[in-house]
Amino acid sequence: MRGMTIIVKRITQLMTPSIFLLGVYVILHGHLTPGGGFAGGVLIAGAFVLMVLAFGLEETKSEIHKWHVSFSESLGIFLFWFLAVLGLIQGTYLFYNMLAKGVVAIPGRLFSAGIIPLCNLAIGIEVAAALYAIFLTLAVLKMVEKL
Amino acid sequence: MFIILVLLLVLMILGAIVALESRDLLSGIISLGIIGFALTVIFLLLQAPDLAIVQIVIETITLVILIAAVLKTTKTDTTDEIGLPKMTLWLIGLAFIVIFLISAYKSCQHLPEFGSPVLRMAQYYIDQGFAVTGASNLVAAVILDFRGYDTLGEATVLFTSVAGVIAVLRKVGRTRP
Repeated sequence: MRGMTIIVKRITQLMTPSIFLLGVYVILHGHLTPGGGFAGGVLIAGAFVLMVLAFGLEETKSEIHKWHVSFSESLGIFLFWFLAVLGLIQGTYLFYNMLAKGVVAIPGRLFSAGIIPLCNLAIGIEVAAALYAIFLTLAVLKMVEKL
Repeated sequence: MFIILVLLLVLMILGAIVALESRDLLSGIISLGIIGFALTVIFLLLQAPDLAIVQIVIETITLVILIAAVLKTTKTDTTDEIGLPKMTLWLIGLAFIVIFLISAYKSCQHLPEFGSPVLRMAQYYIDQGFAVTGASNLVAAVILDFRGYDTLGEATVLFTSVAGVIAVLRKVGRTRP
């Protein structure tokens, strides 16, 4: 897959950091504002997809992205299951919110609501890696070319 | 409000029909995008910003992935024609439309008023959600605290589906035809 013209490349250079940053913002503020892990993860995956589509495979070295993608996919789902089982380890139920919710952490601040931001973070990592992996497999790596 | 919703629904149905009937796969996928973006506007009108954000980003990225996948393949619809006469197909379609309309009419008579929750549980979430979880976004409180199992299942399903896609489309192990 080759890259596109200089106009597309320049616009992509300007836009990609903003999209990535918006994704991180949406994930981290998922328990305060509309959004959450799923939407933010899709935004981050969109930043990567835009970069690969504009610059092509060789320039972005997407071949080495495969290992990172599979690692962060597994890391995200592992983190989420770990947070869920953490309640069981402590002797309570699954998804027990063991961190401070309203006593130490004031509701409405960034560090509040216990494990909900951590769950959002795990979902964000997992969704971003999943969609980018599907994109790499389906569209770029020339596996569907000669069916 | 109601008129705008009906207009958007009609637009979505037209987009779906165009996506089904077009022989060019690229224009089919682009008209498929009408459905998702009209659904985003509907979610915004019904005051569900969480769903609207998720819907618009998912729609955009799936369209991009589908277009990038289609540009590498045949680009034309290769479905075979069913060996039935056209009149029979029309009759079967009409029969199904009548059946679904009757059952939808029967079941819609038992629905509660639009916007009033069916379960008493939902009222508890709205009243106590902030105090119990400390999350000021009620949707996050519901999907990650009260209904955590569902989100766990969703994330696992996504992981499994990605593993399936990679396993089906992998280069190693594919025999040459």
